[in-house]
Amino acid sequence: MNTILHPELRGDRDEAPTAPDGHRLDHAEGTSQPLRSRPEPQPRGARIHGRRPIDQAEAAARFIAAPEHEKMHDERLWDLRQKRDREMHAIDEWEELRTLASAIKEHTLTHLDEYLDQFEANARANGVHVHWARDAAEHNRIVHGVLHDHGAKSLIKSKSMLTEECGFRPYMASVGIEVIETDLGERIQQLDNEDPSHIVVPAVHKLRTDVADVFARTIGTDATNSDVHYLAEAQREATRPLILAGDAGMTGCNFAVAETGTVTVCTNEGNADLSANVPKLHIASIGIEKIIPRMEHLAVFIRLLSRSALGSPITQYTSHFRGPRKGGEMHMVLVDNGRSARLGLEEFWTSLKCIRCGACMNTCPVYRRSGGLSYGATYSGPIGLIIDPTFNARKYSNLPFASSLNGSCSNVCPVKINIHEQIYAWRRELVRRHEVPLAKKAMMKAAGELLSRPTAYRAAVAAADAVLPLLPRFIIYNGLNAWGKHREVPHPPKQTFHQWHHANRGDKR
Amino acid sequence: MRIGLFVPCFIDAFAPEVGIATLELLERLGLDVVYPRDQTCCAQPMANAGFNAECADTEALFVRNFSGFDYIVSPGGSCVHHVREHFDAIEQSDAVKEVRGRTFELVEFLHDILKVDAFPWARFPHRVGLHHNCGTLRGLRHAAPSELHEPFFSKPKELLSKVDGIEFTTPARPDECCGFGGTFSVFEEVVSTKMGYDKVSDHASAGAEYIVSADSSCMMHQRGCAERIGVPIKFIHIAQILNGARA
Repeated sequence: MNTILHPELRGDRDEAPTAPDGHRLDHAEGTSQPLRSRPEPQPRGARIHGRRPIDQAEAAARFIAAPEHEKMHDERLWDLRQKRDREMHAIDEWEELRTLASAIKEHTLTHLDEYLDQFEANARANGVHVHWARDAAEHNRIVHGVLHDHGAKSLIKSKSMLTEECGFRPYMASVGIEVIETDLGERIQQLDNEDPSHIVVPAVHKLRTDVADVFARTIGTDATNSDVHYLAEAQREATRPLILAGDAGMTGCNFAVAETGTVTVCTNEGNADLSANVPKLHIASIGIEKIIPRMEHLAVFIRLLSRSALGSPITQYTSHFRGPRKGGEMHMVLVDNGRSARLGLEEFWTSLKCIRCGACMNTCPVYRRSGGLSYGATYSGPIGLIIDPTFNARKYSNLPFASSLNGSCSNVCPVKINIHEQIYAWRRELVRRHEVPLAKKAMMKAAGELLSRPTAYRAAVAAADAVLPLLPRFIIYNGLNAWGKHREVPHPPKQTFHQWHHANRGDKR
Repeated sequence: MRIGLFVPCFIDAFAPEVGIATLELLERLGLDVVYPRDQTCCAQPMANAGFNAECADTEALFVRNFSGFDYIVSPGGSCVHHVREHFDAIEQSDAVKEVRGRTFELVEFLHDILKVDAFPWARFPHRVGLHHNCGTLRGLRHAAPSELHEPFFSKPKELLSKVDGIEFTTPARPDECCGFGGTFSVFEEVVSTKMGYDKVSDHASAGAEYIVSADSSCMMHQRGCAERIGVPIKFIHIAQILNGARA
């Protein structure tokens, strides 16, 4: 049993699946800790005001003010981190795998044009229609065009962060095409009209009672019944007919292999297979950074992906899509949407190595206590802090500050992105671009002047007659005494070290 | 061996006993320790907030204060991390590189450079929970972080194990950040304090009487959090224990 910070969440009995011989199933979700919570209204995410900077701290404070949600979210994701650690320790060459994965990605990204051309040629040879989209709008128009050509009015799709990035669902709604998400968590979020809060487990910020509320509202379940089996079954009953009747299917892409022109999608629910194989038309949306050169490289990433993400050795389904089936049609849309510009950013281009496992989110002590929706962006958590500002430096200017720079994210990253160093670099970059409040700038300028003048500094330290002595004022002051709101201020001693030294070692230089 | 003692600003102002213990300990070990009296700060507060240009004069002052020593030693892990890993607001002249390369955090100095194998004057008959400052853990590599597949090592634990009577407790999340994070502690004060509450509660549940750390800034934050929610736990810097503090 994993260690736990909030023992009160432990259930009376373990409802996890067991094998016929009675032992607890040691695979994928089978090892998740059974935790219980009391119903509580769901805290919602960041307040969006156009392009004005997202106030992540404000939204995080509301999440923490909902303790049932915060505790469950924290423990659930920490449980994933612990499972990830167990899988890591079972593989002696883990660190070599990370180094190799990083090297493959860096090689590919620095030869991206060649591998994209190779991928396109091989995909076309497989009978796939290949499209190129410069940005989100072009992606959405291309997909709409394909659907329009086939007279498709409904689209079943598996989870894709790229389509979230493209604002795909609202766009489809605006052109009158019904989208049905087939990943359970994503479907919950779609029915609740809320963005995914995590790139792998999109509804992890919700309690089961929240899901019961959503399903009662949208698919007519009993609002007082939050049994997970009941809810999952009800959703299945409600969604299967829609899946079977879907005019077209869409998947994202975990890896696109250049030498074969194929796309690999990893899921635990088999829903990508449904989306790709039930209708005759399959569209795959692919971020251009998803390319890897050869099939042999895929093995490296498959070994790392699910272990890092969920602490399971592999996803239940690893599906490879090569071309259209008989009588069908397959399209691939290769999407840039800011990626080639990011590739040109000297300090930040390696963020494109990301394989979207979410390990950095699971380990992040800030993310676990804030909820993913507090970031008000497609990508949340550590990886979000370094990707989001590339989309809009002003809107996401607060995000790189939503980190204690502890560095755990970089250590769990399976492709060795130096995430916390990039967070630090983004702070500098945002200051350079004047995307930080003027008051903060004035405060830091004053601190810099004081700290570089020993005499003035000593005079300021000696003038400890204010409510707080100097230090809290220059490091800590923001006009609201933010230090002391939720913690006690330090007790100033009778004598500083400087004074003590003068009194006791004054004869020494 | 001539040592420049670097006492970070918050230790000077709020934890002078940590500076004193460091000085006395280094003197006990027979070193010639000088405290340059014009020192202020390493510039980390501005750098941490992204204001690198505002660090230049403070970094230049630091280099003036600490040039010419065999080693610069400090009981402030995160400050040393700044000096060694960042500290690039000024031109990287030979003098600057020299000072940066000779700056050590106390634990690594005792462990890696002096290789101290006994603290016969020290006795600490208490249960302690070890807190790793994140900059020292993952930046200066004080210990093996839980995320990496590598053999266990912990320099602070190794040193403390030489102290008579000490007993270690293990929290549920041994190297989770406590939420201080420099300016993070005020810009994100709700998350920061929640992390602090969880950290001190975790140590208390594990049975620790003391939280011991090589960094006073984390402990200043943790103490404030513990006092606010009424967790009865005490705080002590590793320099004090190694220097022979009994409680």
